Amino acid sequence: MKTYDIIVIGGGHAGIEAASAAARMGCSVALITMDKYAIGRMSCNPAIGGTAKGHLVREIDALGGVMGRLADKTGIQFRMLNRSKGPAVWSPRCQSDRELYSKAAVEEILSTENLEVVEDSVTDIIIEGKEVKGVKTKSGNDIAAKAVILSSGTFLNALMHVGLNAKSGGRYGEKPATGITESLMKAGFESGRLKTGTPPRLAKDSINWDVLEEQPGDDNPQPFSYQTDLNEFPYLPQVSCHITYTDAAVHKILEKGFDESPMFTGRIKGVGPRYCPSIEDKIVRFADKERHQLFLEPEGLDSDQIYLNGFSTSLPAEIQLEAMRKVKGLENVEMVRPGYAVEYDFFPPHQIDNTLETKLVSGLYFAGQINGTSGYEEAAAQGLMAGINAASKIQGRRDFVLKRSEAYIGVLIDDLVTKSTEEPYRMFTSRAEHRLLLRQDNADRRLMHYGEELGLIDKELSDQVKEREEIIKQSISVCQTKKLHAREVNGYLVSRGTPPIDSTETISKLCKRPELELKELLNVNGAENDPVLRQLINDSVALNQVEIELKYEGYMKRQQETIARLERYEDLKIPLTLNYSTLNALSIEAREKLNKIKPRSIGQAMRISGVSPSDISILLVYLKK
Amino acid sequence: MTTIKNEDTIVALATPAGVGAIAVIRVSGPKAIETVDKIFKGRKKLSEASTHTVHYGTIVTGEGELIDDVLVSVFRKPNSYTGEDSVEISTHGSPLITQKIIELLLSENLRIAEPGEFTKRAFLNNRIDLTQAEAVVDVINARTEASLRGSRNQLDGLLSQKVKQLREMLINTSSFVELELDFAEEDIEFVNKDELIKRIDDVINEIDKLLSTYSFGRVIREGVNVALVGKPNVGKSSLLNYILKESRAIVSEIPGTTRDVIREEVSIDGILFKLYDTAGIRASEDVIEKEGVSRSREAVKISDVVLLIGDVEQKFSDDLEEELKTLTGSNHIIKVLNKIDLKKESGIDADVKVSAITGEGIEELFRIMKAKAIGSESYTEKTAVVSNIRHYDCLKRAKESLQIAKESTEGGMSGEFIAVDLRRAEDSLAEIIGEVTTDDILNNIFSKFCIGK
Ligand SMILES: Cc1cc2nc3c(=O)[nH]c(=O)nc-3n(C[C@H](O)[C@H](O)[C@H](O)COP(=O)(O)OP(=O)(O)OC[C@H]3O[C@@H](n4cnc5c(N)ncnc54)[C@H](O)[C@@H]3O)c2cc1C
Ligand SMILES: Nc1nc2c(ncn2[C@@H]2O[C@H](COP(=O)(O)OP(=O)(O)OP(=O)(O)O)[C@@H](O)[C@H]2O)c(=O)[nH]1
Ligand SMILES: [Mg+2]
Repeated sequence: MKTYDIIVIGGGHAGIEAASAAARMGCSVALITMDKYAIGRMSCNPAIGGTAKGHLVREIDALGGVMGRLADKTGIQFRMLNRSKGPAVWSPRCQSDRELYSKAAVEEILSTENLEVVEDSVTDIIIEGKEVKGVKTKSGNDIAAKAVILSSGTFLNALMHVGLNAKSGGRYGEKPATGITESLMKAGFESGRLKTGTPPRLAKDSINWDVLEEQPGDDNPQPFSYQTDLNEFPYLPQVSCHITYTDAAVHKILEKGFDESPMFTGRIKGVGPRYCPSIEDKIVRFADKERHQLFLEPEGLDSDQIYLNGFSTSLPAEIQLEAMRKVKGLENVEMVRPGYAVEYDFFPPHQIDNTLETKLVSGLYFAGQINGTSGYEEAAAQGLMAGINAASKIQGRRDFVLKRSEAYIGVLIDDLVTKSTEEPYRMFTSRAEHRLLLRQDNADRRLMHYGEELGLIDKELSDQVKEREEIIKQSISVCQTKKLHAREVNGYLVSRGTPPIDSTETISKLCKRPELELKELLNVNGAENDPVLRQLINDSVALNQVEIELKYEGYMKRQQETIARLERYEDLKIPLTLNYSTLNALSIEAREKLNKIKPRSIGQAMRISGVSPSDISILLVYLKK
Repeated sequence: MTTIKNEDTIVALATPAGVGAIAVIRVSGPKAIETVDKIFKGRKKLSEASTHTVHYGTIVTGEGELIDDVLVSVFRKPNSYTGEDSVEISTHGSPLITQKIIELLLSENLRIAEPGEFTKRAFLNNRIDLTQAEAVVDVINARTEASLRGSRNQLDGLLSQKVKQLREMLINTSSFVELELDFAEEDIEFVNKDELIKRIDDVINEIDKLLSTYSFGRVIREGVNVALVGKPNVGKSSLLNYILKESRAIVSEIPGTTRDVIREEVSIDGILFKLYDTAGIRASEDVIEKEGVSRSREAVKISDVVLLIGDVEQKFSDDLEEELKTLTGSNHIIKVLNKIDLKKESGIDADVKVSAITGEGIEELFRIMKAKAIGSESYTEKTAVVSNIRHYDCLKRAKESLQIAKESTEGGMSGEFIAVDLRRAEDSLAEIIGEVTTDDILNNIFSKFCIGK
């Protein structure tokens, strides 16, 4: 029997991160996936990043994951979203060439040492006692491993719906995966069912482009990856998206199809994401909205297909086409493939720990959409963390858990583990209570040292970040003490339309005025004369960091304060063996939830819905005994 | 080790010490019923009594000495106040009797309860939640009807209800802010700056209203200290006696009758007043009198309201008035002219003119005292009242955060900065009633706005 350190099931976005990280950390890894050429395939939108998701990609990249690099190589339009807002909510996003992305992923995986790709379908997970031993595959092989990472996405017992036709399959043209859910339920796992959907694909040359509103990318595109060479970026020619809208006529046609909607007729039992509703959902739930925005996104540079973002649907194909033909610019559109909904099994994520290892079976990890998330970036983040933790466990290293205050990845996993989820989970910036600190511009400062320690980031790159960190720290303290005199700075102040000062003021204080820029302030009295500031002024990245930290100091401090108050509860650990059923003082709901989730700390317990402050007081009293 | 157990059985006087015709002694814990059984003689053994039953009988010592006739109520777990087995013994209010009964119980291995321990047990046994627990502590301390009214209001959740409503308002406001951050790409109309400021202001106004009930809430909770001061013989003690409707303080025509400060409590229209009758203030060589005068000054310092008393013959002492103003704010002083039964037209100016003999003008005096104590706010039983300093503090912090959020909005800051302080305000409110999570905000967004491509 073939034996590996780690088996990764499924070469989706979670699987490739897991396999790549574990292999680069020195473990022997088998990536078992149904179709080698579907590795890294984008099931839905040909885009990476977006609000909060862009943050995740930057963090994955800082830790040494592959997603950022793949996206940079294959991006055909880059935009920084929310540029008009503060730096904490800037989010990078790109349109990807779907074919090239998958190709780049395949290349990346195939060229990774210690990593073997096995084209097969896993049908059973071998568990002995409370330990994972390996997997059984469809072609009849047993493969042994010390750890198994399950990242099978939307494929478990997957059912695709178009109108009242349902067909089994995990993705258009791909088979479902059977056996795994049943095998895990036998081992004691709880499973649930979720639903997601995708819009139709259109023939590019059947669209009347002239009447559509164009949305180009940024003039000065920013890459995701800290490793991308700015001189060569962007690697591919850049293209535009286009915007159009539905209207009453479109809605009317869609309504005709409602009695054949698998959603409305109750055929689909899985719960769909509220933030990503189908077009039919939108017109029902928001009936007073006269129009809905649609984006026409290119599937790739050479592709003749267009992705109709905003028109996710599972209505009958004829209705989809008829309705689209009422949309401005799509009067003569040809549909290459209808939109569809897919239902799939997932494992409610309270069953995993913050390391993504299951609480029930040692050595078994869950990552990606099977944990109830949705989105490539969410999947990739989990895959990376599962890969790192599985490898760490085998190598006798410490668990690798990121705090909520360190990374969106920490927020993501903590949310999953503590709150479990009943609908597909997507990342939002509002989920991060430490939002001002968790910026896409400082992911390297926050996380790259971990990447280096784990062996996933080159020392050279990490050292640069550490050096810069020194400059940043020193510069901040210089700016906080160094004072500018009225006579040297008032001219500049007045020229920027802000009141002059009476005698002296620190650079830090002045920098808080929205009208002023740090660089200009530094130049007022010759930054060149100060050894620290001289370095700063020549490093635009460091300069930007210092400016952000000075400008928003007050807000960040207050956010920190709020967090610090709660942080001490994170260190109050709760033994996993605690049997909450015997704590009669707890409310019944709290007892149930706590028994189910088994929080690791009081801090985690506090975040569980249904656990009230009085329940927490009781737990505290109990733990003190 | 598996459950929260209060092994001890505890006992304490449940009614305020020394007052009232009936005193209630409360016993709670696993041995409550069997212990009381040992000293109680009635028609039936308490151990056989079912829950929520009342029994007439006597308390008798081991030597057969009869202590008192009593009514004993039996409450069995989990349906008692504390959630444990408990017994309440109602006796005649004499301190001597209650003392004796408690001693008897202590000799049977019970322990005296710590302050608030019954409530704590009720809380730990999940009989009440945190706000209720705090309100109950107030009930225990409350002495007057209004106090009880205020506390029960809180028990009924008037304050919680109000704060919940504020939280709703804040969640709605935050949703608008977050919407623009997380769904900037969507084709939805975002709220404009003025609208946002208005929404924040609305919450600030509501908080202000609540905050303004605090002076009244505090009065409900703690009572109002009132010092009666003036020159000797103006009728301070007579006034005290009139208000108490009993001759509590010695009254005589000899100046300097009152030597020490006399403290008494009285409830006027549901507000607890703590009255301090003081020695008349005058220069004196007498050691005792000098000490009395200095104690009078101390009483003034701790008082919320000072009655500066003069009479139709002696007028007010300007020097004394000046001195009082330095000891307490001038708006705390009420000038009371006494003995108007002797002379109607004295030509002396005062806030109120009374007679401690006939009672003329006393109602007016009460009206003024109440107004000074609670401000102009009118209070009904429907008013959510803040009477707890912790709640007051939370509301004040919420307001401060909202003011910063408002400034950020006015200054054109981006939403994530406004959100910092909105979040802090939400957290401060959460300290009163429980947590607000980002899920609340996202759920609100999902239900109200059409988002998602
Ligand atoms: C129709 C559809 C619509 C979607 N719509 C959206 C959307 O609107 N918004 C959004 O954010 N996300 C959407 N997604 C989700 C997004 O595609 C996923 O979140 C993301 O791809 C999940 O990554 P993953 O690695 O967990 O799994 P996947 O990318 O699904 O990859 C799973 C991989 O595992 C392989 N596999 C599965 N089972 C086995 C097995 N037993 N043996 C071997 N290999 C196996 C599969 O072949 C596949 O390669 C949609 C997905 C689908 C299918
Ligand atoms: N006619 C009349 N006599 C009063 C009135 N109030 C008090 N007296 C009399 O005034 C005298 C002094 O009254 P007290 O109440 O002892 O005065 P006091 O201010 O407490 O005096 P000291 O304690 O000595 O400072 C007594 O003889 C009272 O009967 C009043 O309103 N009308
Ligand atoms: Mg007197």
